[in-house]
Parts: sequence; C-alpha cells; structure tokens
Amino acid sequence: MAPPVSATKSPSPSQPSGKSEVSDLKLQLRQLAGSRAPGADDAKRDLFKRVISCMTVGIDVSPAFSEMVMCSATSDVVLKKMCYLYVGNYARCNPDLALLTINFLQKDCHDQDPTIRGLALRSLCSLRVQNLVEYLVAPLVVGLKDHSSYVRTVAAIGVLKLYHISATTCHDSDFPAALKALMLSDPDAQVVANCLYSLLEIWTQEAGHSEEAAREIETLYGKPIIYYFLNRIRDFSEWAQCLLLDLVSKYIPADNNEIFDMMNLLEDRLQHANGAVVLATIKVFLHLTMSMTDVHQQVVYERIKAPLLTLVGAGSPEQSYAVLCHLHILVMRAPMLFSSDYKHFYCQFSDPSYVKKLKLEMLTAIANESNTYEIVTELCEYAGNVDVPIARESIRAVGKIALQQYDVNAIVDRLLQFLEMEKDYVTAETLVLVKDLLRKYPQWSHDCIAVVGNISSNSIQEPEAKAALIWMLGEYSQDMMDAPYVLESLVENWEEEHSPEVRLHLLTAVMKCFFKRAPETQKALGAALAAGLADSHQDVHDRALFYYRLLQYDVAVAERVVNPPKQAVSVFADTQSSEIKDRIFDEFNSLSIVYQKPSYMFTDKEHRGPFEFAEDLSNLAIGGDSGDDAIRSAQRYQENDKDLLLSTSDKEENGGPTRNGSNSSTYSAPSDINSSLSALAPSSTSHTVAFAIDDLLGLGVPDAPILPLPPALSLNSKPVLDPGTFQKKWGQLTVSSSQESTLSIQGVASLTAPQSLIRHMQNNSIQCIASGGHPPNYKFFFFAQKEGSSSFFLVECIVNTASAKAQIKIKSDDASASDAFASIFQSALSNFGSL
Amino acid sequence: MISQFFVLSQRGDNIVFRDYRGEVAKGSAEIFFRKVKFWKEDEAEEAPPVFNVDGVNYIHVKVAGLFFVATSRVNVSPSLVLELLQRIARVTKDYLGVLNEDSLRKNFVLVYELLDEVIDFGYPQTTSTEALKSYVFNEPIVVDAGRLPPLGPAAMFMQGTKRMPGTAVTKSVVATEPGGKKREEIFVDIIEKISVTFSSSGYILTSEIDGTIQMKSYLTGNPEIRLALNEDLSIGRNGSSLYDYRSSAGGGTVILDDCNFHESVHLDSFDVDRTLTLAEVILKIRADFSPNVTANTITVQMPVPSYTMRASFELEAGATGQTTDFKEGSRRLEWNLKKIVGGAEHTLRAKLTFSQEMHGNIAKEAGPVNMNFTIPMYNASKLQVRYLQIAKKSKTYNPYRWVRYVTQANSYVARL
Repeated sequence: MAPPVSATKSPSPSQPSGKSEVSDLKLQLRQLAGSRAPGADDAKRDLFKRVISCMTVGIDVSPAFSEMVMCSATSDVVLKKMCYLYVGNYARCNPDLALLTINFLQKDCHDQDPTIRGLALRSLCSLRVQNLVEYLVAPLVVGLKDHSSYVRTVAAIGVLKLYHISATTCHDSDFPAALKALMLSDPDAQVVANCLYSLLEIWTQEAGHSEEAAREIETLYGKPIIYYFLNRIRDFSEWAQCLLLDLVSKYIPADNNEIFDMMNLLEDRLQHANGAVVLATIKVFLHLTMSMTDVHQQVVYERIKAPLLTLVGAGSPEQSYAVLCHLHILVMRAPMLFSSDYKHFYCQFSDPSYVKKLKLEMLTAIANESNTYEIVTELCEYAGNVDVPIARESIRAVGKIALQQYDVNAIVDRLLQFLEMEKDYVTAETLVLVKDLLRKYPQWSHDCIAVVGNISSNSIQEPEAKAALIWMLGEYSQDMMDAPYVLESLVENWEEEHSPEVRLHLLTAVMKCFFKRAPETQKALGAALAAGLADSHQDVHDRALFYYRLLQYDVAVAERVVNPPKQAVSVFADTQSSEIKDRIFDEFNSLSIVYQKPSYMFTDKEHRGPFEFAEDLSNLAIGGDSGDDAIRSAQRYQENDKDLLLSTSDKEENGGPTRNGSNSSTYSAPSDINSSLSALAPSSTSHTVAFAIDDLLGLGVPDAPILPLPPALSLNSKPVLDPGTFQKKWGQLTVSSSQESTLSIQGVASLTAPQSLIRHMQNNSIQCIASGGHPPNYKFFFFAQKEGSSSFFLVECIVNTASAKAQIKIKSDDASASDAFASIFQSALSNFGSL
Repeated sequence: MISQFFVLSQRGDNIVFRDYRGEVAKGSAEIFFRKVKFWKEDEAEEAPPVFNVDGVNYIHVKVAGLFFVATSRVNVSPSLVLELLQRIARVTKDYLGVLNEDSLRKNFVLVYELLDEVIDFGYPQTTSTEALKSYVFNEPIVVDAGRLPPLGPAAMFMQGTKRMPGTAVTKSVVATEPGGKKREEIFVDIIEKISVTFSSSGYILTSEIDGTIQMKSYLTGNPEIRLALNEDLSIGRNGSSLYDYRSSAGGGTVILDDCNFHESVHLDSFDVDRTLTLAEVILKIRADFSPNVTANTITVQMPVPSYTMRASFELEAGATGQTTDFKEGSRRLEWNLKKIVGGAEHTLRAKLTFSQEMHGNIAKEAGPVNMNFTIPMYNASKLQVRYLQIAKKSKTYNPYRWVRYVTQANSYVARL
C-alpha cells in the first residue's frame, strides 16, 4: 500500500538555508555581548532560543561559537543552561574554542548554588574534547565529595563520561575505586544508582582484557553487595530499581531458603505501576527458580500471570506491546498454564496489527481439548476481517491448531467453509493449509478433495496456493475425476505460469497422475516434459530432464522414485531450535524478546558486554587445531541456527519459503527423496555430501593447494591457539589492517556452506576458530601463526555472497608483518573456488 | 542506556533532539521516520514500537500525534524505555499544560531543561514532576488548548459537562496564574475502558473493564491524600493485597490488580442490533441506562464490502446532532451522534450500491460494527470514591476537589 519510495521524497523538514540566519545571529549576539543594560538578558534569551532552535532542526550554528561564549558571562540561569546546551553540542567540532568555555564552567563549579554547581559539572563533562580532560579531574574529585546529593549524582555519571573520553585519565585518578566507595556509603539512592551505572559500564567494558575488572564485576554479583541493594531497594527510583533487579537476576543463591526469602522480599514489586519494574522482578523470579522445575513452572508462573495480564490492559498500546511480547515467550514455553486465560488473547478492534499477530500466536499455542472450540470460533471471525494480513494470519492459526490434533473434525469443516467464502486470499491460505492437513491426516482426503475439486485453478493467483492445489491434484488424482484434464489445461498455459515453483510442482503432479491414470494423462505428460525441457529456469529444466530419463530407463523405477507410498507426517519441523529459544529466554526483559532473536544477532560487538561476546564465540564453533573438528563444530553451530545444509538446499531447490513451521517444500516427491536422504545422512556426514557435490561440479576443494607467489612471510602449517586465548587476544589487540576484498564468481558458487572456505583457508595454513551466519552473510574468525615465531594473526572475515564482497579485519601480535599477512590472506581468498 | 532522544512531528520535523552519548549518527531521526512512514515488513502496514535498523534500536511511542523516540545500541529493556518515553511525555505535559506540536515548539528550551535532568548520559535519573521543579527555570509559554485532538483518557476534561472547569488539565504545574495566587485544586478521575464483543445473535462473547484512577494535584506542600473506595470492594481472585502506588508528584496511579466487582458488567450501556435486507443496512442503537445519564460523541463504524460504490443514508425523522458519512478509501460507514440520552433509541438506514453482484453472505464481507462512545459521570463497574481527605491542619484550608467518573469504549464490537 505504501507509495513507491522513489516517488516520495519524504517530507523533509522545511529548512531555510540557514546561512543568512546564522550570520544575522552572530551579529546580534556580538552587539549584546558586553551589554549590561536592563533588558539585555531578555534580548539574549530570545537570541539564544533562536540559536538553539536552529541547532534542533539541524542548521549548523557552530560559527557563532565565540559570540555565544562571549555572551555567556551572566548570572541568569536560563541563559546559562541554553549556553551549556549549545557548548555541549559543538565543543567537539571546535576543540580550540571549547577551551574558552572551561574558564566559566570551572568557575560555576564552585558556585554557591548546588544547582549551578551540578549543571556546570555536567556540562564540563559533556564537552567530549580529548585535550580538555585535564580540566575535568579536579572538579570531579570535588564533585564526588560535594555535600549536595545533586552534585554527587552528576559527578558519578561524570566519571563515566570522563572514562569514555580518556580511560587512562579515569584510572590514573583512581575514580573507579572512589565510585565504589561512594556506592557503598552514600545515603542518597540516586547517587548510589549512578555509581553503579558507571561502574558496571566501565568494568564490563574492561572485563574482556582485565582480570581485575572481571573480578570487580564478580563482587558486584556477590552476596554482600546484592543484599546491600536488596535491603534498601524501596529507596530507589523506579528506574534504578530496574537496574538493581537486573543485577540481582545474575546472583546465584546458595539454597532454596535463600531463594524463597528473596522472592518474598521482592513480591510487592510485581504490583508496581511501572511495567519495567514488574518485568525486571519477573526476570529475577524466573532466574532464581530456574533449577527447581516444579516450583518454577507452577508457583512462579501462577504468581506472575495476573500482574502481566493487568499490565497488558493498562497503559499505551506501545507499553502493552512490550509486556505482551514477554507474555508471549512465557506462553510459548508453558502453554498449558495459560490455557484457561485464552479470552485475554482475543483480538480487540482497536489493537494495532503487531499486537494482533502476537495474540494469534498465543491463541494457537494454548489451544487444547478444553478450549479449542471457542478459540477456533473466534479465529474464524477474524478470517472475514477487513484487515487482510490479520485475516490470513488467523486462517494459518486455525490450520496450526488443527495440526496440533485437537478436534480436527470440526476444524476441517471450518476450513472447508473458508473455501466457500470466495475471497481470493482466504481461498489461497486455506488451500495451503488443507495441503498440510492432508499430509498429516490422509484419512480426511475424501472430504477435502470433494471441496477442493470444485475450486477453479484459474481463480488462484498466489504461487504457494497454486502449488498446493497442483500437489493435491497429483497426489489424489485417482479420486478427482477431472484431475488429468485440469492438469492438462495447466500444462497448456505453461508459458503464462511465472513461478518456477508452480512449474516444478506441475511436472511432479503430472508424473504422479500418469502413474495412476496413464491413458488420460499421457498427452499432458508429454507436453509437460517438452515444456519443462525448454524451460529457461535451470531447476525446472533439470527436473524435466531427470523425469524424462527416469521414464526412459524404467517406468516402474520412476514410479517408485516419484510416487512412493508416503507416511503421514507426524510432526512438522519447528522453525526455531530449542537452544536459540533458551538463549532468548535467558535474555528476558530485553529487546531479544521483542525481536525473538538472541542479542548477538542484532547488536554490534562493541556494544555487547564481554560475557555476551564470550557466549557468542563459544557458541560459534570452537575447534581444536584439527580441521575436521573445527568443521564439525562449525556445523553444529549451523544446525543450531536451523541452517542445516540439506534444508538450505531444499529451500533453494523449490524456491518455497519455509513458513508456519511446516517446511512447505518437503511434500513434493523429489524433496521427499532429499528428506529421506537427510534421515540417512545425519548431520555429521552431511558436509561430505556437500563436498562430493562440489567435487562433481569441479568447483570444490583443490587437492594440492597452489600458493600464488609465496611472499616473504611464511606461516606455520599447524598452529595451535585455544578459543579462550583467541578471544582474549582479540579483545586486547587493535585492528592493524582492515580491508575489503572481492570474491571470484567461482568462489561465491563454492561457498554454499562455510566449511568449503574453511577447508580452503586451511590449505593455506590459515585456521578457522569459529564460523557462522546465514546466507548470504557468513562470518569467520581465522588465525594463523608466523613460522618460527610466537606471534599470531587474528582475522575477522565477513563474507557477503550476494555482493561477492568480504570485509577483513586483521589483528596481530606483530603489527609489522600484518601487511604481508594481509596479502597472503587476500590472495588465498581470491583463489577460493578457482582451479 | 539511551543514545538519543527526539520528538518528531507528524511530518517528520525534529521538534526536540538530544544526543546523550554521541554513538548513533545524527541522521537517525530521518532513518526512523522513513522506516515508520513506509513500513511494510511482515505483511503489516504499521511499524511496531520497537525495531532495529543497522544495529541501532529505535523505540517509540506516539503521544498527541507526535513521535517520542529513543535510540539505543545496546540490548536494553524495551519496557523500561517505553515507560520512560511515556513518562517524559507526561512530565512535559505537566509543565506545559498542553502537549502538542505548537506547545512543544514554543517551549522547547524548557523541554531541553527537563530532558537534561530526566536522562544523564543515557541513564534515567528522576521523572517526578515535583522533584524536577527545582531544576526548571524557564516559564512555560501557555498555548491555547482550543482545538486539540483528544489525548487519550485525559481528553475527557475537555469534553462536555459544565461540572468541571475546562482549564483543569491544561494547566501547567509551574505557570503562575493571572491572578497571582494559585488555586488549590485536586482532580480525581475514575476512567474505565470497556471492551465488549457481541455475537451476531446478541450474546456477549467477551466483556472486560480496564479501569484506572488518576489523580492530578495542584496542592501546595504535598499533603497526604486519602482516597476511600467502596467498602465492599474485593480485590484479586485469591485476596492479594491492594497496592497503593502514590508518587509525590500527584501523577500517581492506583492499581487494582485483577479486581472483581460486585456487579457484573454486561447489564450496562448499549445494545446494538441490526437487520440485513439485501443491500439495506439498518443500525439501531438503544441506550440501555437510566435517563439521567448521557453518552457523548458516539461514533458507529461499520466496514462494508469492497465493491460498495455508494451509500445513501436515511436518518429517523427529526434527528438532530447526527451525521453520516461513507468513507470510500477505508470502505466504512460512519455514523456520528453528538449525544444519546439514556433509554433513547436511534435508527439509521443505509442503502448500499454495489459495483458487482453480491455473492454469498454479506455478513462475511462486512462488519463487525464498532462503536466508540464516552459516558461522563457514569462508571460501569460501580466503583466509587467515598471520600477524598487531604491531611492539612488549617481549618481555612479547603481546596477544590474534583472527582469524576468516565466510561469509555475501548473495543465495543458487534459481529454480523
């Protein structure tokens, strides 16, 4: 519905060019600079406001810097604050001029009024200018000891700001220790909270490469500090309570008594009006009881259910959405505990579609014997909804419930009624579902086929639905009178069928039909095979050729291959692995829950804590020095990401998107072969299958690696580096070389899975320590060692197969050799796939 | 922690922009706006409140037609940020009296003052209206609240009855009144949102009341305030205790967790029934409450089949204050009534012209009928405030106390 992007230059703010405005402001400011006339302050206020409003809309008013500073000598607080805001915004681009402001800011840090002192100190620390750090230390030292709590809160955060400008200055002045002391003694809760914010950020950032910081973090999660905070948690603001609760959730209690004491203490937090506090408390509860399954499930879930449901009803749609996302993950983990609350998840008229979608998923999950009838009745109401995406979603939900085996009888009836509604999208969605249902409950075929047979294939446009209909025509051609003729007319219109997926299914369906009703189908089969062989799409062409030769070879064999007796599908594959789900659950009360992805999938490395990074690396395959090991574990990681080699190739082959947890491609005969292959070939051997294919195509692994013009640097062919050390080194070293490289076309073709590149690099004495990613993006961590030396080269390599580009970051113990290494790496990479 | 905070107008202009940590590029506001404006992921046409673009998390709430947005690079708690954004909007409204684009533009310096104190280097500090008073030095420039879009529950203050002063909630907590002296006032709102779904045969499928009690205090010196509710009020299925959350600012909320009220909900208010004869739609509304209660600004909406070309309406004879409209773009009939007195019954006949033959059942392609309304001085749950006590010694001290009940339709739906 959205208008085409090209045609819509978004209504960008109507901004004046700003040039004349700025010079005008400069002039007027200069006139007022020294003025002590009555009313001068008011005039200045107006001017300052104009400056700030220009700044807000994005006009660069930094040329007026010196004039602003000249005007800043004033006792008027409003003026001062505007000036501080201005200076804070532009100091970084005018470091020299910023020096001018130091004087008056420092003076204000000694003002009598604590508010002025605090404001000045905050602005001073916000300048973000490297060469001014020396002026920060003294005011901060004084600020941390100020008798006004306001100044101390500002100073506590000020230390963190200093740390970001210059970490060494911060440590040299021993600020972390001072903050820790303040945190444990200050009577003001906000001061304590700010100390904790700062310390957590500083130490978390350093924990990767400083044992001391890691130890300090451990003490924060230790009993004395946790208890110190727990006992006075009510003194803190609601926001700080969230921080404390997050800290508490990382604490591991000694025994069950302690767990119950803590839960009793925190129980009233569940009734807080602020959803963030409630969710943080729930996270504590869930983590505390993680090891005690029965209590965890029953008592805790029962206890947190009511507050969550109340929060969903209160507040703005956005707030309830955040809560609903968390409720969603709980429902998904323990649907039976929510089965009696299903009415809470009915969609309301005013719900935004993102809320409706979540609710539909929850309704699907909690359906069981007792509530299926009501839930399905409700869902059927939504199917006629004017909101088409939601209507589609509801039909899928009905289908999913049917696949859960409750009350299938009634649901099939309902689904068939959908087909009578004669709305294109309803029919399309329903066909796909009926197809899935038949794969699971073949016993329903008679009822379904009777209705499906009445649907005209011309009225269906969506490829997926059309494919489903064609599949049914092929599969049940013995029961559908006119199946051969419908297929024949579809084959006649081969040219008009744009979707290769549909054409593939058509080929297979005609084959199946042929085995059952040969005389009637022969003509259609011939036409289909001819059209398929002439098809421009590679897969369609290949399949047609394959069928053709198979028939030529032996029709009986062809029947066994294309139309073997099928077993009903018992369970459709889940889209997300349980490990990923667990990891998301561990990150309760964070964005991971909303995105339904673990944080490493959407956060940059720099913005992750070291612990999360550690988790990331260790879950990426960690292999020893043996290459096979690395490959196997790399694969294990891939499985976790639901990117099994075979399922990927499945997807590619049929071009059918996997949706709704049911892999839509597995129902066609050729992929049935594939899936039986995958059953035969467990994951550990599947890479060899891939290699075999690579070898067949002649694109695969070179037997004898030919190093292009070996440069002066030679590498140890069997270096040893354990993942822990790798991670530590990666954290400590800086990037010595960062480049972009292009892969050859053959390289991209060979990179169907990370292993092929890993193997290739290994032949070049570059070892992989971790890999992962989804096509088209792969990420690798490599390392290599200089021959006869202890210095390592560490490489992060991000490959995008779509653009055939690789981003390479190299870190090295021996920075002087990193260029030489970079060229080895580059040439190895560009050689990939050739030969 | 939050990297940036900004407020955007409906057209995408920056009204306020504050960068706390300098780790997200300056163009973030434009990226955000484009994404929200042209959202088309997951088949949905509406952007969710939280999304990620290139490693930057954008979290927003919509208040009074404005986007309040925060950006962050870390895996923050979405609830925390959303609550904080909502709170910033509320605090800003407390200070400006009125929250809209105009008032923000006129007072952006004051808003910057507030933002400086509410968040420092991305970490939330204090959000209490009262505590912030000592750090805000700008005088708010009061904006005429004349033609304002409704602002959710608080908009009730601006509608209708003479029983409450219209200026009440559009008053800034810091602005001095023209008369010099401030009026001592306190407002209590019992707002209930009801959600009911009727089946096509008139049975109630679901019914639910979400109620809030909001208090807004303009009293000096923060006296302790006691609000007594019905004696027979029982809360929670298993008798969990009532938790009274009282903030010193007077913006506090009382949460009645899972309340069970002494009377069931479905006896109240309206009933909508309709008959269908070919392409004629008759909407009938009966106000099912006592005649001394009046419902305001009723809107009845009904989606009609996509092939509807035109619609002609026939109101009952002598109808006043009623308007009808056929919204072609969204394919909806709209029927607006200024007010309905209890016990009254109104009918609308709509004739629809279709561009094609009608096939099957019109009920599957039209509806459901949704109704929006507001009933002041009435609450469906019968929750009552028995008294409001303000603990202050002086005998002459007698502030104005306003208590008001409002019932609003949240999702009031009848299926066809």
